[in-house]
Amino acid sequence: MAQQYEFKAKYLPYLLVLPQMLIVFVFFFWPSFQGVWQSFFLQDPFGGRVIFVGLENYTRLFTDPASSYGESFRVSVAFAVCVAALSMIIALFLATQANKKIKFSSFYKTMMIWPYAVATMVAGVLWLFMFNPNVGVIAWFLKHRLGIEWQHLLNSGQAFLLVTMAASWKQISYNFVFFLAGLQSVPVDLVEAAAIDGAGPTRRFWKIIFPLLSPTTFYLLVMNLVYGFFETFPIIHQVTAGGPGKSTSILVYKVWRDGVINLDLGGSSAQSVILMIMVIGLTVVQFRFIERRVHY
Amino acid sequence: MTEHNAVRRATPHIYLWIAILILLFPILLVFIASTHTSAEILSAPMPLTPGTHMAENYTRAVLEGNKNLGASALMMMKNSLIMALGIAFGKIIVSLLASYAIVFFNFKLRNFCFWAIFITLMLPVEVRIMPTYKVISDLGLLNSYAGLILPMIVSATAVFLFRQFFMQIPREIAEASQIDGASPMQFFWRILLPMTRTPIAAMFVIQFIYGWNQYLWPLLITTKQEYYTILIGINRMLSGADVQIEWQIVMATTLLAMIPPALVVVLMQKQFVAGMTDREK
Repeated sequence: MAQQYEFKAKYLPYLLVLPQMLIVFVFFFWPSFQGVWQSFFLQDPFGGRVIFVGLENYTRLFTDPASSYGESFRVSVAFAVCVAALSMIIALFLATQANKKIKFSSFYKTMMIWPYAVATMVAGVLWLFMFNPNVGVIAWFLKHRLGIEWQHLLNSGQAFLLVTMAASWKQISYNFVFFLAGLQSVPVDLVEAAAIDGAGPTRRFWKIIFPLLSPTTFYLLVMNLVYGFFETFPIIHQVTAGGPGKSTSILVYKVWRDGVINLDLGGSSAQSVILMIMVIGLTVVQFRFIERRVHY
Repeated sequence: MTEHNAVRRATPHIYLWIAILILLFPILLVFIASTHTSAEILSAPMPLTPGTHMAENYTRAVLEGNKNLGASALMMMKNSLIMALGIAFGKIIVSLLASYAIVFFNFKLRNFCFWAIFITLMLPVEVRIMPTYKVISDLGLLNSYAGLILPMIVSATAVFLFRQFFMQIPREIAEASQIDGASPMQFFWRILLPMTRTPIAAMFVIQFIYGWNQYLWPLLITTKQEYYTILIGINRMLSGADVQIEWQIVMATTLLAMIPPALVVVLMQKQFVAGMTDREK
Protein backbone atom coordinates (compact mmCIF):
# COMPACT_ATOMS: atom_id res chain seq x y z
CA MET A 1 0.00 0.00 0.00
CA ALA A 2 1.30 3.45 -0.88
CA GLN A 3 2.29 5.67 2.00
CA GLN A 4 -0.79 7.65 2.90
CA TYR A 5 -0.91 11.10 4.32
CA GLU A 6 -1.22 11.10 8.10
CA PHE A 7 -1.53 13.86 10.64
CA LYS A 8 1.38 14.40 12.93
CA ALA A 9 0.42 15.28 16.46
CA LYS A 10 1.93 14.08 19.66
CA TYR A 11 -0.92 13.95 22.15
CA LEU A 12 -4.08 14.47 20.12
CA PRO A 13 -4.50 10.85 18.93
CA TYR A 14 -4.21 9.59 22.50
CA LEU A 15 -6.79 12.09 23.62
CA LEU A 16 -9.10 10.92 20.84
CA VAL A 17 -8.92 7.21 21.66
CA LEU A 18 -8.99 7.82 25.40
CA PRO A 19 -12.79 7.62 25.94
CA GLN A 20 -13.09 4.41 23.94
CA MET A 21 -10.10 2.85 25.67
CA LEU A 22 -11.40 3.81 29.11
CA ILE A 23 -14.74 2.18 28.42
CA VAL A 24 -13.11 -0.89 26.91
CA PHE A 25 -10.84 -1.36 29.90
CA VAL A 26 -13.31 -0.60 32.67
CA PHE A 27 -16.31 -2.43 31.21
CA PHE A 28 -14.66 -5.12 29.14
CA PHE A 29 -11.17 -6.16 30.19
CA TRP A 30 -11.61 -5.66 33.90
CA PRO A 31 -14.86 -7.69 34.14
CA SER A 32 -13.62 -10.34 31.72
CA PHE A 33 -10.49 -10.76 33.80
CA GLN A 34 -12.53 -10.86 37.00
CA GLY A 35 -14.78 -13.48 35.48
CA VAL A 36 -11.84 -15.75 34.74
CA TRP A 37 -10.38 -15.05 38.19
CA GLN A 38 -13.64 -15.78 40.02
CA SER A 39 -14.04 -19.05 38.18
CA PHE A 40 -11.16 -20.46 40.26
CA PHE A 41 -12.76 -19.58 43.60
CA LEU A 42 -15.65 -20.73 45.68
CA GLN A 43 -17.46 -17.80 47.20
CA ASP A 44 -19.60 -17.78 50.28
CA PRO A 45 -22.63 -15.76 49.15
CA PHE A 46 -23.37 -14.39 52.63
CA GLY A 47 -19.94 -13.50 53.95
CA GLY A 48 -16.91 -12.33 52.09
CA ARG A 49 -15.12 -15.66 52.44
CA VAL A 50 -13.40 -16.82 49.28
CA ILE A 51 -11.64 -20.16 48.86
CA PHE A 52 -9.31 -21.01 46.02
CA VAL A 53 -10.53 -24.22 44.44
CA GLY A 54 -8.54 -24.41 41.22
CA LEU A 55 -10.50 -26.02 38.42
CA GLU A 56 -13.15 -27.47 40.70
CA ASN A 57 -15.84 -25.13 39.41
CA TYR A 58 -15.21 -26.50 35.94
CA THR A 59 -14.98 -30.16 36.84
CA ARG A 60 -18.13 -29.81 38.91
CA LEU A 61 -19.99 -28.66 35.79
CA PHE A 62 -19.04 -31.75 33.88
CA THR A 63 -19.14 -34.40 36.60
CA ASP A 64 -21.84 -33.30 39.04
CA PRO A 65 -25.18 -34.53 37.69
CA ALA A 66 -26.97 -31.88 39.79
CA SER A 67 -25.41 -29.11 37.74
CA SER A 68 -27.13 -30.53 34.59
CA TYR A 69 -24.63 -28.69 32.43
CA GLY A 70 -24.59 -31.36 29.75
CA GLU A 71 -28.34 -31.20 29.43
CA SER A 72 -28.26 -27.42 29.21
CA PHE A 73 -25.64 -27.70 26.51
CA ARG A 74 -27.73 -30.12 24.46
CA VAL A 75 -30.82 -27.92 24.82
CA SER A 76 -28.84 -24.87 23.67
CA VAL A 77 -27.47 -26.59 20.59
CA ALA A 78 -30.86 -28.01 19.62
CA PHE A 79 -32.52 -24.64 20.20
CA ALA A 80 -29.91 -22.60 18.30
CA VAL A 81 -29.89 -25.01 15.35
CA CYS A 82 -33.71 -25.12 15.14
CA VAL A 83 -34.01 -21.34 15.32
CA ALA A 84 -31.27 -20.78 12.74
CA ALA A 85 -32.71 -23.35 10.32
CA LEU A 86 -36.34 -22.26 10.67
CA SER A 87 -35.78 -18.52 10.43
CA MET A 88 -33.21 -18.74 7.64
CA ILE A 89 -35.30 -21.05 5.44
CA ILE A 90 -38.39 -18.89 5.82
CA ALA A 91 -36.43 -15.67 5.28
CA LEU A 92 -34.69 -17.00 2.17
CA PHE A 93 -37.98 -18.11 0.71
CA LEU A 94 -39.62 -14.74 1.38
CA ALA A 95 -36.61 -12.82 0.07
CA THR A 96 -36.74 -14.70 -3.23
CA GLN A 97 -40.43 -13.81 -3.50
CA ALA A 98 -39.87 -10.15 -2.65
CA ASN A 99 -36.97 -9.93 -5.06
CA LYS A 100 -39.20 -10.73 -8.03
CA LYS A 101 -40.28 -7.90 -10.24
CA ILE A 102 -43.71 -7.52 -8.70
CA LYS A 103 -46.00 -4.65 -7.83
CA PHE A 104 -45.83 -3.17 -4.30
CA SER A 105 -42.45 -4.77 -3.71
CA SER A 106 -41.25 -1.84 -1.59
CA PHE A 107 -44.40 -2.15 0.53
CA TYR A 108 -43.67 -5.85 1.07
CA LYS A 109 -40.07 -5.10 1.98
CA THR A 110 -41.10 -2.57 4.63
CA MET A 111 -43.62 -5.02 6.06
CA MET A 112 -40.93 -7.70 6.29
CA ILE A 113 -38.26 -5.46 7.75
CA TRP A 114 -39.99 -3.58 10.54
CA PRO A 115 -40.33 -6.54 12.95
CA TYR A 116 -36.56 -6.20 13.36
CA ALA A 117 -37.49 -3.39 15.72
CA VAL A 118 -39.46 -5.70 18.01
CA ALA A 119 -37.46 -6.51 21.13
CA THR A 120 -36.62 -10.16 21.71
CA MET A 121 -38.37 -9.84 25.04
CA VAL A 122 -41.51 -8.43 23.39
CA ALA A 123 -41.48 -11.31 20.88
CA GLY A 124 -41.60 -13.58 23.92
CA VAL A 125 -44.57 -11.70 25.35
CA LEU A 126 -46.44 -11.81 22.01
CA TRP A 127 -46.12 -15.57 21.72
CA LEU A 128 -46.79 -16.09 25.40
CA PHE A 129 -50.04 -14.19 25.03
CA MET A 130 -51.17 -16.31 22.07
CA PHE A 131 -50.31 -19.59 23.79
CA ASN A 132 -51.19 -18.79 27.38
CA PRO A 133 -53.39 -21.72 28.50
CA ASN A 134 -55.88 -19.36 30.18
CA VAL A 135 -56.20 -16.43 27.81
CA GLY A 136 -54.30 -17.41 24.66
CA VAL A 137 -56.31 -17.42 21.45
CA ILE A 138 -54.24 -20.13 19.83
CA ALA A 139 -54.16 -22.25 22.98
CA TRP A 140 -57.95 -22.02 23.05
CA PHE A 141 -58.20 -22.93 19.38
CA LEU A 142 -55.88 -25.92 19.79
CA LYS A 143 -57.88 -27.19 22.73
CA HIS A 144 -61.43 -26.66 21.53
CA ARG A 145 -61.02 -27.21 17.80
CA LEU A 146 -58.15 -29.66 17.51
CA GLY A 147 -58.31 -31.36 20.88
CA ILE A 148 -54.71 -30.51 21.76
CA GLU A 149 -54.16 -29.50 25.36
CA TRP A 150 -51.55 -26.68 25.31
CA GLN A 151 -49.67 -26.50 28.61
CA HIS A 152 -46.17 -25.24 27.91
CA LEU A 153 -45.47 -24.90 31.63
CA LEU A 154 -46.01 -28.64 32.07
CA ASN A 155 -45.13 -30.13 28.70
CA SER A 156 -41.45 -29.78 27.84
CA GLY A 157 -41.90 -30.48 24.13
CA GLN A 158 -44.46 -27.71 23.87
CA ALA A 159 -42.24 -25.36 25.84
CA PHE A 160 -39.35 -25.98 23.47
CA LEU A 161 -41.62 -25.51 20.45
CA LEU A 162 -42.99 -22.25 21.81
CA VAL A 163 -39.62 -20.60 22.53
CA THR A 164 -38.32 -21.83 19.16
CA MET A 165 -41.25 -20.28 17.31
CA ALA A 166 -40.97 -17.00 19.20
CA ALA A 167 -37.21 -16.73 18.65
CA SER A 168 -37.50 -17.62 14.94
CA TRP A 169 -40.39 -15.23 14.35
CA LYS A 170 -38.26 -12.40 15.69
CA GLN A 171 -35.21 -13.35 13.59
CA ILE A 172 -36.92 -13.60 10.18
CA SER A 173 -36.58 -9.87 9.46
CA TYR A 174 -32.87 -9.80 10.14
CA ASN A 175 -32.24 -12.73 7.81
CA PHE A 176 -34.61 -11.28 5.23
CA VAL A 177 -32.61 -8.03 5.03
CA PHE A 178 -29.37 -9.90 4.34
CA PHE A 179 -30.82 -12.44 1.93
CA LEU A 180 -32.55 -9.70 -0.03
CA ALA A 181 -29.31 -7.71 -0.27
CA GLY A 182 -27.55 -10.90 -1.38
CA LEU A 183 -30.18 -11.66 -4.01
CA GLN A 184 -30.05 -8.14 -5.36
CA SER A 185 -26.36 -8.53 -6.05
CA VAL A 186 -26.88 -11.69 -8.14
CA PRO A 187 -26.30 -10.62 -11.77
CA VAL A 188 -29.61 -10.68 -13.64
CA ASP A 189 -28.01 -11.58 -16.99
CA LEU A 190 -26.54 -14.74 -15.50
CA VAL A 191 -29.98 -15.90 -14.40
CA GLU A 192 -31.53 -14.93 -17.73
CA ALA A 193 -28.82 -16.73 -19.66
CA ALA A 194 -29.61 -19.89 -17.70
CA ALA A 195 -33.30 -19.39 -18.47
CA ILE A 196 -32.58 -19.11 -22.18
CA ASP A 197 -30.53 -22.29 -21.94
CA GLY A 198 -33.65 -23.97 -20.67
CA ALA A 199 -33.13 -24.15 -16.90
CA GLY A 200 -36.44 -23.96 -15.01
CA PRO A 201 -36.94 -21.67 -11.97
CA THR A 202 -36.09 -24.38 -9.42
CA ARG A 203 -32.95 -25.40 -11.24
CA ARG A 204 -31.90 -21.77 -11.69
CA PHE A 205 -32.29 -21.20 -7.99
CA TRP A 206 -30.28 -24.19 -6.80
CA LYS A 207 -27.62 -24.18 -9.51
CA ILE A 208 -26.94 -20.46 -9.82
CA ILE A 209 -28.57 -18.25 -7.21
CA PHE A 210 -28.04 -20.38 -4.12
CA PRO A 211 -24.29 -20.95 -4.68
CA LEU A 212 -23.83 -17.22 -5.27
CA LEU A 213 -25.59 -16.58 -1.97
CA SER A 214 -23.27 -18.84 0.01
CA PRO A 215 -21.23 -16.01 1.64
CA THR A 216 -24.47 -14.45 2.91
CA THR A 217 -25.77 -17.82 4.03
CA PHE A 218 -22.60 -18.61 5.92
CA TYR A 219 -22.48 -15.22 7.60
CA LEU A 220 -26.13 -15.56 8.62
CA LEU A 221 -25.60 -19.07 9.91
CA VAL A 222 -22.94 -17.85 12.33
CA MET A 223 -24.99 -14.82 13.35
CA ASN A 224 -28.11 -16.94 13.89
CA LEU A 225 -26.25 -19.46 16.00
CA VAL A 226 -24.85 -16.60 18.10
CA TYR A 227 -28.38 -15.22 18.38
CA GLY A 228 -29.79 -18.61 19.38
CA PHE A 229 -27.09 -19.22 21.95
CA PHE A 230 -26.68 -15.81 23.52
CA GLU A 231 -29.37 -13.32 22.62
CA THR A 232 -32.48 -15.35 23.29
CA PHE A 233 -32.22 -15.02 27.06
CA PRO A 234 -35.24 -12.63 27.20
CA ILE A 235 -37.53 -15.18 25.53
CA ILE A 236 -36.49 -18.00 27.85
CA HIS A 237 -36.68 -15.78 30.91
CA GLN A 238 -40.10 -14.44 30.00
CA VAL A 239 -41.84 -17.44 28.46
CA THR A 240 -40.68 -20.59 30.26
CA ALA A 241 -38.13 -19.56 32.92
CA GLY A 242 -36.05 -22.50 31.70
CA GLY A 243 -38.79 -24.98 32.47
CA PRO A 244 -40.60 -27.20 32.78
CA GLY A 245 -37.83 -28.87 34.73
CA LYS A 246 -34.74 -27.78 32.84
CA SER A 247 -36.07 -28.51 29.38
CA THR A 248 -35.52 -24.99 28.01
CA SER A 249 -32.69 -23.89 30.27
CA ILE A 250 -30.17 -22.71 27.66
CA LEU A 251 -26.57 -21.92 28.68
CA VAL A 252 -26.96 -18.16 29.02
CA TYR A 253 -30.08 -18.64 31.10
CA LYS A 254 -28.19 -21.05 33.34
CA VAL A 255 -25.34 -18.55 33.82
CA TRP A 256 -27.87 -16.00 34.97
CA ARG A 257 -29.82 -18.41 37.14
CA ASP A 258 -26.77 -19.90 38.89
CA GLY A 259 -25.26 -16.47 39.41
CA VAL A 260 -28.25 -14.30 40.31
CA ILE A 261 -30.76 -16.74 41.81
CA ASN A 262 -28.55 -19.51 43.22
CA LEU A 263 -25.68 -17.12 44.09
CA ASP A 264 -23.08 -19.60 42.92
CA LEU A 265 -20.60 -17.01 41.63
CA GLY A 266 -17.75 -19.43 41.01
CA GLY A 267 -19.89 -21.85 39.02
CA SER A 268 -21.54 -19.04 37.10
CA SER A 269 -18.15 -17.53 36.26
CA ALA A 270 -16.80 -20.87 35.08
CA GLN A 271 -19.80 -21.14 32.76
CA SER A 272 -19.16 -17.61 31.52
CA VAL A 273 -15.59 -18.53 30.68
CA ILE A 274 -16.74 -21.56 28.71
CA LEU A 275 -19.20 -19.35 26.83
CA MET A 276 -16.45 -16.83 26.10
CA ILE A 277 -14.34 -19.58 24.58
CA MET A 278 -17.30 -20.67 22.47
CA VAL A 279 -17.95 -17.17 21.12
CA ILE A 280 -14.28 -16.65 20.39
CA GLY A 281 -14.34 -19.94 18.48
CA LEU A 282 -17.36 -18.87 16.44
CA THR A 283 -15.81 -15.47 15.72
CA VAL A 284 -12.54 -17.01 14.59
CA VAL A 285 -14.40 -19.34 12.24
CA GLN A 286 -16.22 -16.37 10.81
CA PHE A 287 -13.08 -14.29 10.47
CA ARG A 288 -11.11 -16.97 8.74
CA PHE A 289 -13.92 -16.93 6.26
CA ILE A 290 -14.13 -13.20 5.64
CA GLU A 291 -10.51 -12.26 6.31
CA ARG A 292 -9.89 -11.77 2.61
CA ARG A 293 -12.22 -8.80 2.82
CA VAL A 294 -10.82 -7.42 6.06
CA HIS A 295 -7.65 -5.46 5.67
CA TYR A 296 -5.92 -3.12 7.98
CA MET B 1 -38.50 -11.69 -16.89
CA THR B 2 -39.15 -15.23 -17.99
CA GLU B 3 -42.54 -16.31 -16.65
CA HIS B 4 -45.70 -14.71 -17.92
CA ASN B 5 -48.91 -16.33 -16.85
CA ALA B 6 -51.25 -14.86 -14.28
CA VAL B 7 -51.02 -17.63 -11.69
CA ARG B 8 -47.26 -17.41 -11.62
CA ARG B 9 -47.51 -13.67 -11.18
CA ALA B 10 -49.95 -13.98 -8.29
CA THR B 11 -48.06 -16.54 -6.22
CA PRO B 12 -45.37 -14.24 -4.76
CA HIS B 13 -48.13 -11.91 -3.57
CA ILE B 14 -49.94 -14.78 -1.88
CA TYR B 15 -46.83 -16.03 -0.10
CA LEU B 16 -45.83 -12.54 1.00
CA TRP B 17 -49.30 -11.80 2.31
CA ILE B 18 -49.32 -15.02 4.32
CA ALA B 19 -45.98 -13.98 5.81
CA ILE B 20 -47.24 -10.49 6.59
CA LEU B 21 -50.28 -11.96 8.34
CA ILE B 22 -48.08 -14.25 10.43
CA LEU B 23 -45.83 -11.34 11.34
CA LEU B 24 -48.77 -9.05 12.12
CA PHE B 25 -51.19 -11.43 13.81
CA PRO B 26 -49.55 -11.40 17.27
CA ILE B 27 -49.41 -7.62 17.21
CA LEU B 28 -53.01 -7.34 16.11
CA LEU B 29 -53.98 -9.53 19.07
CA VAL B 30 -52.03 -7.28 21.42
CA PHE B 31 -53.88 -4.28 20.06
CA ILE B 32 -57.28 -5.96 20.40
CA ALA B 33 -56.53 -7.07 23.95
CA SER B 34 -55.49 -3.55 24.86
CA THR B 35 -59.00 -2.31 24.03
CA HIS B 36 -60.92 -4.70 26.28
CA THR B 37 -61.48 -5.10 29.99
CA SER B 38 -59.64 -7.71 31.99
CA ALA B 39 -62.83 -9.78 32.32
CA GLU B 40 -63.39 -9.84 28.56
CA ILE B 41 -59.85 -11.11 27.94
CA LEU B 42 -60.17 -13.78 30.62
CA SER B 43 -63.49 -15.09 29.24
CA ALA B 44 -61.96 -17.54 26.77
CA PRO B 45 -61.95 -17.23 23.89
CA MET B 46 -60.99 -13.61 23.93
CA PRO B 47 -62.97 -11.44 21.47
CA LEU B 48 -61.22 -10.96 18.12
CA THR B 49 -62.59 -7.51 17.40
CA PRO B 50 -61.53 -4.28 19.11
CA GLY B 51 -63.45 -3.35 22.23
CA THR B 52 -64.47 -0.01 23.67
CA HIS B 53 -62.01 0.46 26.51
CA MET B 54 -59.03 1.66 24.54
CA ALA B 55 -58.86 5.21 25.88
CA GLU B 56 -59.35 4.06 29.46
CA ASN B 57 -56.68 1.31 29.27
CA TYR B 58 -54.06 3.48 27.62
CA THR B 59 -54.68 6.38 29.98
CA ARG B 60 -54.17 4.06 32.92
CA ALA B 61 -51.10 2.38 31.42
CA VAL B 62 -49.45 5.69 30.56
CA LEU B 63 -50.27 7.62 33.70
CA GLU B 64 -50.28 5.09 36.53
CA GLY B 65 -49.39 1.63 35.25
CA ASN B 66 -50.37 -1.76 36.53
CA LYS B 67 -51.54 -2.09 40.13
CA ASN B 68 -48.65 -2.72 42.53
CA LEU B 69 -46.06 -1.92 39.87
CA GLY B 70 -45.36 1.63 41.01
CA ALA B 71 -44.19 2.77 37.60
CA SER B 72 -46.18 4.35 34.79
CA ALA B 73 -45.54 3.63 31.13
CA LEU B 74 -44.68 7.30 30.67
CA MET B 75 -41.87 7.12 33.20
CA MET B 76 -40.59 3.80 31.91
CA MET B 77 -40.67 5.03 28.30
CA LYS B 78 -38.64 8.02 29.45
CA ASN B 79 -36.07 5.66 30.99
CA SER B 80 -35.94 3.50 27.87
CA LEU B 81 -35.55 6.61 25.74
CA ILE B 82 -32.70 7.94 27.89
CA MET B 83 -31.02 4.56 27.72
CA ALA B 84 -31.48 4.15 23.95
CA LEU B 85 -30.36 7.69 23.11
CA GLY B 86 -27.49 7.51 25.59
CA ILE B 87 -26.23 4.28 24.04
CA ALA B 88 -26.71 5.49 20.45
CA PHE B 89 -25.08 8.90 20.90
CA GLY B 90 -22.48 7.69 23.38
CA LYS B 91 -21.35 4.92 21.10
CA ILE B 92 -21.34 7.10 18.00
CA ILE B 93 -19.31 9.91 19.60
CA VAL B 94 -16.77 7.66 21.30
CA SER B 95 -16.35 5.51 18.19
CA LEU B 96 -16.03 8.45 15.81
CA LEU B 97 -13.18 9.89 17.85
CA ALA B 98 -11.42 6.54 18.19
CA SER B 99 -11.71 5.64 14.51
CA TYR B 100 -10.53 9.12 13.53
CA ALA B 101 -7.39 8.64 15.61
CA ILE B 102 -6.78 5.12 14.31
CA VAL B 103 -7.22 5.95 10.64
CA PHE B 104 -5.80 9.46 10.33
CA PHE B 105 -2.98 9.55 12.88
CA ASN B 106 0.27 7.75 13.18
CA PHE B 107 1.00 7.02 16.83
CA LYS B 108 2.85 4.39 18.77
CA LEU B 109 -0.03 2.55 20.42
CA ARG B 110 -2.20 2.57 17.31
CA ASN B 111 -2.05 -1.17 16.71
CA PHE B 112 -2.53 -1.94 20.36
CA CYS B 113 -5.61 0.30 20.53
CA PHE B 114 -7.05 -1.24 17.41
CA TRP B 115 -6.75 -4.78 18.70
CA ALA B 116 -7.97 -3.89 22.19
CA ILE B 117 -11.12 -2.50 20.62
CA PHE B 118 -11.38 -5.25 18.06
CA ILE B 119 -11.40 -8.05 20.62
CA THR B 120 -14.56 -6.66 22.27
CA LEU B 121 -16.45 -7.73 19.15
CA MET B 122 -16.04 -11.28 20.29
CA LEU B 123 -17.76 -11.20 23.64
CA PRO B 124 -21.38 -10.13 23.98
CA VAL B 125 -22.45 -8.73 27.33
CA GLU B 126 -24.53 -11.85 27.92
CA VAL B 127 -21.46 -13.95 28.64
CA ARG B 128 -19.89 -11.65 31.21
CA ILE B 129 -22.92 -10.38 33.08
CA MET B 130 -21.94 -11.30 36.62
CA PRO B 131 -18.44 -9.73 36.61
CA THR B 132 -19.76 -6.63 34.81
CA TYR B 133 -22.45 -6.40 37.45
CA LYS B 134 -19.76 -6.45 40.10
CA VAL B 135 -17.79 -3.67 38.41
CA ILE B 136 -20.91 -1.50 38.16
CA SER B 137 -21.75 -2.22 41.77
CA ASP B 138 -18.18 -1.37 42.89
CA LEU B 139 -18.43 1.91 41.01
CA GLY B 140 -21.74 2.65 42.77
CA LEU B 141 -23.63 2.78 39.50
CA LEU B 142 -26.49 0.35 40.26
CA ASN B 143 -29.85 2.03 39.63
CA SER B 144 -28.43 4.86 37.58
CA TYR B 145 -28.55 5.93 33.96
CA ALA B 146 -24.76 5.79 33.71
CA GLY B 147 -24.87 2.17 34.87
CA LEU B 148 -27.53 1.37 32.27
CA ILE B 149 -25.66 3.06 29.44
CA LEU B 150 -21.89 2.80 29.85
CA PRO B 151 -21.34 -0.99 29.69
CA MET B 152 -23.49 -1.11 26.54
CA ILE B 153 -21.20 1.32 24.70
CA VAL B 154 -18.29 -1.10 24.73
CA SER B 155 -18.73 -3.11 21.55
CA ALA B 156 -16.62 -2.32 18.53
CA THR B 157 -19.25 -2.49 15.79
CA ALA B 158 -19.40 1.29 15.38
CA VAL B 159 -15.61 1.66 15.36
CA PHE B 160 -15.53 -0.84 12.53
CA LEU B 161 -18.14 0.84 10.42
CA PHE B 162 -16.54 4.29 10.81
CA ARG B 163 -13.02 2.99 10.31
CA GLN B 164 -14.10 1.26 7.11
CA PHE B 165 -15.70 4.46 5.90
CA PHE B 166 -12.77 6.70 6.84
CA MET B 167 -10.33 4.47 5.01
CA GLN B 168 -12.17 5.09 1.74
CA ILE B 169 -11.80 8.84 2.01
CA PRO B 170 -8.99 10.16 -0.22
CA ARG B 171 -6.15 11.42 1.95
CA GLU B 172 -5.50 14.34 -0.35
CA ILE B 173 -8.45 16.01 1.36
CA ALA B 174 -6.73 15.76 4.73
CA GLU B 175 -3.44 16.92 3.29
CA ALA B 176 -5.06 19.87 1.52
CA SER B 177 -6.79 20.97 4.72
CA GLN B 178 -3.40 20.95 6.47
CA ILE B 179 -1.81 23.02 3.74
CA ASP B 180 -4.68 25.50 4.05
CA GLY B 181 -3.82 25.81 7.71
CA ALA B 182 -6.70 23.88 9.29
CA SER B 183 -5.94 21.99 12.50
CA PRO B 184 -6.75 18.26 12.65
CA MET B 185 -9.79 19.01 14.82
CA GLN B 186 -11.02 21.63 12.37
CA PHE B 187 -10.68 19.03 9.63
CA PHE B 188 -12.67 16.60 11.77
CA TRP B 189 -15.52 19.00 12.48
CA ARG B 190 -15.80 20.88 9.21
CA ILE B 191 -14.92 18.25 6.63
CA LEU B 192 -14.96 14.72 7.98
CA LEU B 193 -18.15 14.81 10.06
CA PRO B 194 -20.36 16.24 7.28
CA MET B 195 -19.04 13.52 4.96
CA THR B 196 -19.91 10.81 7.48
CA ARG B 197 -23.61 11.70 7.80
CA THR B 198 -24.91 8.47 6.19
CA PRO B 199 -22.92 5.96 8.28
CA ILE B 200 -23.76 7.97 11.40
CA ALA B 201 -27.48 7.75 10.57
CA ALA B 202 -27.21 4.00 9.96
CA MET B 203 -25.39 3.50 13.23
CA PHE B 204 -27.98 5.58 15.04
CA VAL B 205 -30.84 3.35 13.89
CA ILE B 206 -29.04 0.15 14.81
CA GLN B 207 -27.85 1.40 18.19
CA PHE B 208 -31.13 3.04 19.12
CA ILE B 209 -32.95 -0.25 18.60
CA TYR B 210 -30.20 -2.16 20.37
CA GLY B 211 -30.46 0.21 23.33
CA TRP B 212 -34.24 0.34 23.50
CA ASN B 213 -34.47 -3.45 23.36
CA GLN B 214 -31.88 -4.20 26.06
CA TYR B 215 -33.31 -6.57 28.62
CA LEU B 216 -30.81 -8.67 30.54
CA TRP B 217 -28.67 -5.75 31.66
CA PRO B 218 -31.48 -3.52 33.03
CA LEU B 219 -33.01 -6.63 34.60
CA LEU B 220 -29.80 -7.05 36.60
CA ILE B 221 -29.06 -3.53 37.69
CA THR B 222 -32.44 -1.84 38.15
CA THR B 223 -34.13 -2.72 41.40
CA LYS B 224 -35.81 0.65 41.93
CA GLN B 225 -38.98 1.45 40.02
CA GLU B 226 -37.67 4.89 39.03
CA TYR B 227 -35.13 3.20 36.76
CA TYR B 228 -37.32 0.47 35.24
CA THR B 229 -37.17 0.47 31.49
CA ILE B 230 -40.40 -0.35 29.73
CA LEU B 231 -39.38 -3.96 29.02
CA ILE B 232 -38.52 -4.55 32.66
CA GLY B 233 -41.88 -3.06 33.59
CA ILE B 234 -43.68 -5.51 31.30
CA ASN B 235 -41.77 -8.40 32.84
CA ARG B 236 -42.70 -7.27 36.35
CA MET B 237 -46.37 -6.93 35.40
CA LEU B 238 -46.38 -10.50 34.10
CA SER B 239 -44.60 -12.06 37.05
CA GLY B 240 -47.69 -12.60 39.21
CA ALA B 241 -50.15 -15.47 38.98
CA ASP B 242 -52.14 -15.70 35.75
CA VAL B 243 -55.46 -14.59 37.18
CA GLN B 244 -53.97 -11.49 38.74
CA ILE B 245 -52.36 -10.24 35.56
CA GLU B 246 -54.08 -7.18 34.17
CA TRP B 247 -53.69 -8.26 30.57
CA GLN B 248 -55.30 -5.14 29.13
CA ILE B 249 -52.70 -2.89 30.78
CA VAL B 250 -49.83 -5.23 29.95
CA MET B 251 -50.89 -5.32 26.31
CA ALA B 252 -51.30 -1.55 26.07
CA THR B 253 -47.81 -1.14 27.54
CA THR B 254 -46.39 -3.77 25.17
CA LEU B 255 -47.81 -1.95 22.17
CA LEU B 256 -46.38 1.34 23.41
CA ALA B 257 -42.99 -0.33 23.88
CA MET B 258 -42.96 -1.40 20.22
CA ILE B 259 -43.75 1.98 18.72
CA PRO B 260 -40.49 3.99 19.09
CA PRO B 261 -38.09 1.41 17.60
CA ALA B 262 -40.57 0.48 14.84
CA LEU B 263 -40.91 4.16 13.92
CA VAL B 264 -37.15 4.55 13.74
CA VAL B 265 -36.83 1.52 11.45
CA VAL B 266 -39.65 2.53 9.12
CA LEU B 267 -38.60 6.18 8.87
CA MET B 268 -34.93 5.41 8.36
CA GLN B 269 -35.29 2.12 6.49
CA LYS B 270 -32.83 2.97 3.73
CA GLN B 271 -29.96 4.00 6.00
CA PHE B 272 -30.73 1.11 8.29
CA VAL B 273 -30.57 -1.58 5.59
CA ALA B 274 -27.43 -0.06 4.08
CA GLY B 275 -25.78 0.17 7.49
CA MET B 276 -26.60 -3.39 8.43
CA THR B 277 -25.55 -5.10 5.24
CA ASP B 278 -22.42 -2.93 4.77
CA ARG B 279 -21.01 -3.86 8.10
CA GLU B 280 -19.46 -7.11 6.98
CA LYS B 281 -18.11 -5.96 3.64
